[in-house]
Amino acid sequence: MTTTVETVTGAAETMVLNMGPQHPSTHGVLRVVLELNGERVVKARPVIGYLHTGIEKTCEAKTYSQVIPLTDRIDYLAPLSNNLCYCLAVEKLLGLEVPKRAQYIRVLLTELTRISSHLVWVGTHAIDLGAMSVFLYSFREREELQKIFEMVSGQRMMTSYFRIGGLALEPPPGYLDRIQRFLDVFPSRIQEYEDLLTKNRIWMGRTQGVGTLSAEDAIAFGVSGPSLRGSGVAYDVRKFFPYSSYEEFDFDVPVQTAGDCYARYLVRVAELRESMKIVRQAIEKIPAEGPIRTNAPGIVPPPREEMKTSIEGLIYHFKIFTEGFATPPGEVYQAVESPRGELGFFVASDGSAKPHRVKVRAPSFVNLQALPRLVEGRLLADVVACIGTIDIVLGEVDR
Amino acid sequence: MEPREPENDDAVVRKLRERSPQAVSEVLEFRGERTLVIPAAHLLTTAEFLCSDAELQFSFLSDITAVDHFPIEPRFDLNYHLLSLTRRERLRLKVRVAGGDPVIPSVVNVWPAANWHEREIFDLFGVRFEGHPELSRILMPDDWEGHPLRKDYPVEGYR
Repeated sequence: MTTTVETVTGAAETMVLNMGPQHPSTHGVLRVVLELNGERVVKARPVIGYLHTGIEKTCEAKTYSQVIPLTDRIDYLAPLSNNLCYCLAVEKLLGLEVPKRAQYIRVLLTELTRISSHLVWVGTHAIDLGAMSVFLYSFREREELQKIFEMVSGQRMMTSYFRIGGLALEPPPGYLDRIQRFLDVFPSRIQEYEDLLTKNRIWMGRTQGVGTLSAEDAIAFGVSGPSLRGSGVAYDVRKFFPYSSYEEFDFDVPVQTAGDCYARYLVRVAELRESMKIVRQAIEKIPAEGPIRTNAPGIVPPPREEMKTSIEGLIYHFKIFTEGFATPPGEVYQAVESPRGELGFFVASDGSAKPHRVKVRAPSFVNLQALPRLVEGRLLADVVACIGTIDIVLGEVDR
Repeated sequence: MEPREPENDDAVVRKLRERSPQAVSEVLEFRGERTLVIPAAHLLTTAEFLCSDAELQFSFLSDITAVDHFPIEPRFDLNYHLLSLTRRERLRLKVRVAGGDPVIPSVVNVWPAANWHEREIFDLFGVRFEGHPELSRILMPDDWEGHPLRKDYPVEGYR
């Protein structure tokens, strides 16, 4: 993080413009130092680190279970994706198998998270480019999703609902009906956003041909998620390396080849529909009864009733919440498809109850590297479109 | 982690050893993940080969991380997480670096994505990357003292 603005030497006709870190279109505290020739961007340099909170260092001082609430705060628009990725990584380290019912509920909720995150994206991206009303509509639907998350986990945003070995609690009665009611109205709502944007002349003018990224460049910069699929590469972790029973679900991976902001918009809108498809299948698949946690004494807390009635249950409960549990020494890397791309957790264990090292492969951090490639040579006004289109969350960029 | 030696039972290891017998010093397998330990001197040539080989095509660099084993030497592990989109395969390269003056060749010219990953490791671990175009701090302020993710750096910071 460099906090000064350098003057450009030897270039008389260019000027340096500092954009951010306090700027509404940077979606947080991103700073971009732009070198301009008139209105053309000659050079762009993203400066990050304003939101660095040392989460990875903090993880090393916590037990494995205590890390879960920290993962919520990495990508705060998709907390359940982070919960899932971290839990899968630790489960892989321990060699734990999670009951099918819990796996399906995990799929259900992470897909709702994807919808919720894409709704924030479509609303804020449109507002950046001057279309006010989409924001109001998309946040209306997001509010319903937040209420569903609150109903299931007790929290609107920082859910911490997935735990190592399963779920935190039994989902409340009627949660599937509520999700079903949301699904019944949501297709017409997607149609509303599309009516406002997809054939809108101004929207097309602001996004088509803007911020073009070729497939080769996207791969070279490690770009993943909708930003990569907008450039014609059909890489989706759910299809390539299925986790949490995604191989049992039938869905398509939307791909566009143009590689511009409009293509990435189309990919994300199509993903809203695909996620809905997965949620519908999950509702069908989830058994009404069954364990939500795997049976692993000493690692997964026993059911509440057992803790209250049996001495072993009480001992395990006490030991898990005071000293945690030891893991076999080793290193694992687990990736999931978060709304922003390949989210990865690398967990190294030295055999103790605290992780030796936790590294988050944050998709926003990697995708942001491609920003100069998107904006250089284009107009200053396009910078706003390009920052919006890669869908960054600064909490995840800086960690 | 169980060392899996010495049979060359997969295509990647076989190809690498065919090119240069010392290119892979160890093959580790843990929870179905394959790790190749590469001597630092062979890192650049191995990276170039894995990225450009028509059959392997590990052209997608997911991530680079470091692990600090202080006070054990060699102190740092650098892990390169590679992905081959054509083979649908992941691979981890591991390079061990001694703690005294940690230097390692940069792979930015092979995978441009390495740029920010290497800056982050430089910032938080103090490992220098030779040949990196702009090796400067990325998350911490420029005038920060110390490298926070090192094990001898206190969690609360220096007060």
